[in-house]
Amino acid sequence: MIDYLLTEEQIMVRDMARQITDEKIRPVSAEYDRSEKFPWDIMKDIAKSDLFGVYIEEKYGGMGGGILELCLVTEEFSKGCAGIAICYSASALGTYPIILAGNDQQKQKYLPAIAKGEKLAAFGLTEPAAGSDASALQTTAVKNGDHYVLNGLKHFITNGGDADIYTVVAMTDKSRGARGASIFVVEKGTPGFTFGKKEDKMGIRASSTSELIFNDCKVPVENLIGREGMGFINAMRTFDMSRPGIGAQAVGIAQGALDEALKYAKQRKQFDKPISSFQGIQWMLADMATETEAARALVYASAREVAAGVKDVGVHSAMAKMYASDVAMKVTTNAVQICGGYGYMKEYPVEKYMRDAKITQIYEGTNQIQRNIIGMGLIRESSK
Amino acid sequence: MNIIVCIKQVPDTNDIKIDPAAKRLVREGVKTMINPFDMYAIEEALRLKEKLGGKVIAMTMGPAQAESALREAISLGCDEAILLSDLAFAGSDALATSYALSQAIRKIGQFDMIFAGKQSLDGDTAQVGPGIAAILDIPQIINVRKIQEIKEGQIIAERMTEYGYEVLQAPLPCLMTVVKDINMPRLPSLKGKMKAKSTQVTVWKAADIGAEEARIGSKGSGTDVWKIVIPPARPQGKIFEGEGAVDQLVDTLKGLIK
Repeated sequence: MIDYLLTEEQIMVRDMARQITDEKIRPVSAEYDRSEKFPWDIMKDIAKSDLFGVYIEEKYGGMGGGILELCLVTEEFSKGCAGIAICYSASALGTYPIILAGNDQQKQKYLPAIAKGEKLAAFGLTEPAAGSDASALQTTAVKNGDHYVLNGLKHFITNGGDADIYTVVAMTDKSRGARGASIFVVEKGTPGFTFGKKEDKMGIRASSTSELIFNDCKVPVENLIGREGMGFINAMRTFDMSRPGIGAQAVGIAQGALDEALKYAKQRKQFDKPISSFQGIQWMLADMATETEAARALVYASAREVAAGVKDVGVHSAMAKMYASDVAMKVTTNAVQICGGYGYMKEYPVEKYMRDAKITQIYEGTNQIQRNIIGMGLIRESSK
Repeated sequence: MNIIVCIKQVPDTNDIKIDPAAKRLVREGVKTMINPFDMYAIEEALRLKEKLGGKVIAMTMGPAQAESALREAISLGCDEAILLSDLAFAGSDALATSYALSQAIRKIGQFDMIFAGKQSLDGDTAQVGPGIAAILDIPQIINVRKIQEIKEGQIIAERMTEYGYEVLQAPLPCLMTVVKDINMPRLPSLKGKMKAKSTQVTVWKAADIGAEEARIGSKGSGTDVWKIVIPPARPQGKIFEGEGAVDQLVDTLKGLIK
């Protein structure tokens, strides 16, 4: 691995995440993949390690790091189990609207519990009719005195049902389209807020993906994050922050699969030789390693840019997410290929990496949407 | 409740080398860790502190590099760390080590409990814990698998024996060595690691603890290493399969008894 000149604290964070991955996550990842149970025991171990707070300011109980620290942790966890990793990083996704646009009171109220890992967060944007076109939201929030009344349905919400704190995007003024959306904090247990179907997924099965149902759900006005009408913009800013995290998840998946493929290639003998002695296998491994490293470099560079507060990070964070997830899909597919028939069997870990990799090309903006962002950015930049 | 935990830095089990000439383990340049049994001792001490208040002092004797084991203990939640390090301690066996640690404990003064792992992974003597209790003339319960309760200056604990377990009661202060059944050691936390980085590890030399020269190091040791060998690998077991397996097994066992 390239020396990314991480600080002493960043190395500490990464090593701790690695220790949790090796000692706590790897031994149980296959079982959670089968059972689809939410990994509460692992969440508790992560909470005790303080890693839930790596990206949260110290004055709100965090460690004062940023996106790069979040990426380092997500990458390590993903080497062991991308499903468990996403439970962790989806909480950060649900928290970012509060960090980016919340007021001090809201931060005081929610961030310390999230940093300690006492409560998980989730981000509620996607709806059945509003996926890539996030502006087509149907969920409404109507102001009535000291509260808003929310009605509508969110689906495919990661940590849905298991998180306690939800940042939910709803239309406060439908006539204004994307400019009529607002974000609210809705706590689990609020009357009128329930959970629907839990999805049965191809990969990341340790994580929960559920519907959020709002039925005349009264949310106090102080739970509005930022100003009315800023919801869509703040959601997009949130994704600018979170995309390197998906890239990091993809890098972790790719690295995990590569490690397994390499281990297998050295052990597996055919024609009286380990298959790693064949050039055909070596070239595959070489490409896998190079592309994984290139993806990591792009992810870290983009995370550093985001952390430094550079303006207009959208294009680079889209590149990081898109490239790393495409690499993860390719590397995991080739890892299965190197492991041959064994690789295809559930008894061995590589097929899970391949199933887990697929979602990274889809969620938090499909890779087609990422290419739109990059393409539009290029054109805008060149017309200046 | 003031608790002292005696720990030892040992070579990583995956990385053990023996120096046949010096008749000892090679400790330079090999990866190290806290003796695994001591991790259970640290955990039990931390749990008692969390329940009853007080502080936990981690202590070890060893070369300067043993400081990293103490920092790890701090990262897990120990409050203070003391390293006994002096060339005069070099070559100490279990007896001399017990004496040196006892002297340091006398210097600390006030304590309610001393914890140690049941034995070290490298030396394997299981004598230092009991040795400390003997020198300090305090009660000891070894191979503890569970602390039942602590009240009115008394501790009740279950101690593993070869045939089951015994329940023993002892007045405090008391020394306990623990087995791995007692708990599940925690992982360090980020805040703990930050603290470990900035914590000052106290280093005491032989003179600081008023150790008599004749009772430490090789001079103070009651044993001498005569020869050091790697035990032969355990021979592979035999598996009896299919019909008649039971009879074959019985015959083989009979043959062994003869």
